[in-house]
Amino acid sequence: MSTPTFFELLESDMKIELGSHTFGAEEIILFATKFDPQPFHLSDEGARNSHFGKLCASGWHTASIWMRKNMDNGIDEMIRMTGYEGPAPVLGPSPGIKNIRWQHPVFVGDTIRYSSTLTTKKRHPKRSEWGRVMNQSHGVNQDGKLVFSMDGSVTMRVD
Amino acid sequence: MLSYDDFPIGRSFKLGPHLITAEEIIEFAQEFDPQPFHLDGNSEQAKQVGGLIASGWHTCSIFMRMLCDAYILDSASQGSAGLEDVRWLKPVRPADTLSGSATVISRRVSKSNPRLGLVGFDYTLENQHGETVMKIAGMGMIDTLSSKGEQQ
Repeated sequence: MSTPTFFELLESDMKIELGSHTFGAEEIILFATKFDPQPFHLSDEGARNSHFGKLCASGWHTASIWMRKNMDNGIDEMIRMTGYEGPAPVLGPSPGIKNIRWQHPVFVGDTIRYSSTLTTKKRHPKRSEWGRVMNQSHGVNQDGKLVFSMDGSVTMRVD
Repeated sequence: MLSYDDFPIGRSFKLGPHLITAEEIIEFAQEFDPQPFHLDGNSEQAKQVGGLIASGWHTCSIFMRMLCDAYILDSASQGSAGLEDVRWLKPVRPADTLSGSATVISRRVSKSNPRLGLVGFDYTLENQHGETVMKIAGMGMIDTLSSKGEQQ
């Protein structure tokens, strides 16, 4: 009997804790200056007349930090949870994401705890050495309020 | 300043162009998405996908900047509550020139917060070969208080 591969060991409903990130004013402004220079992502003053009321992070910043946390902790955590002992899993590019939601603003000093729950997995219909693992990902702030969610999809080698 | 009234169904805004460099692909990846095919064109993983490719989150972030420059910064934008569908259809590579469009496909005033106009868009980005690299379906929020018809 052959040892199960990493892909085979992954099970739906596995909840992977990705760690947390505290958003500082400097990084919020730096990201927004490059990619999303709307007034409410640049200063408290600029946010005062918006429905946000004070400086908050670009949604793409919140999402990009999810990606970073996923890279830093996601695979290691899945290896730990499955007990997988083989070579490092090989990932491929993601085809996309669905249902991104920014339910609540991320303000300066907020600590967002990220997680990812596996939902389904399937093998690629044509390229049989590749498979896709779907997840529901979440970001929750220090008050337990959901600030970010999405349905993600990771491509990986199945062998 | 564009108000909610300036986003009728069918109106389309041009996005870009933006020339993407290897340096910015690597810089973004180092900070947010340090996978080998986003960091090093000579890595084994990059060879599998034809060389260095940009993080999808980087493409999204560049797209956001294009939206800001095309109309958002000149509008009563109140951000976005989310996007239905983001598809990364083709890899984005160094020296690609990205351009695209944002087309209004729906509009309504929020029931829970009448200050917010919800404008649905189809967004698309293509490269210099005319290949679509990313498609997004989503919704932006525009302040209705600034609309001409509702000013006191």
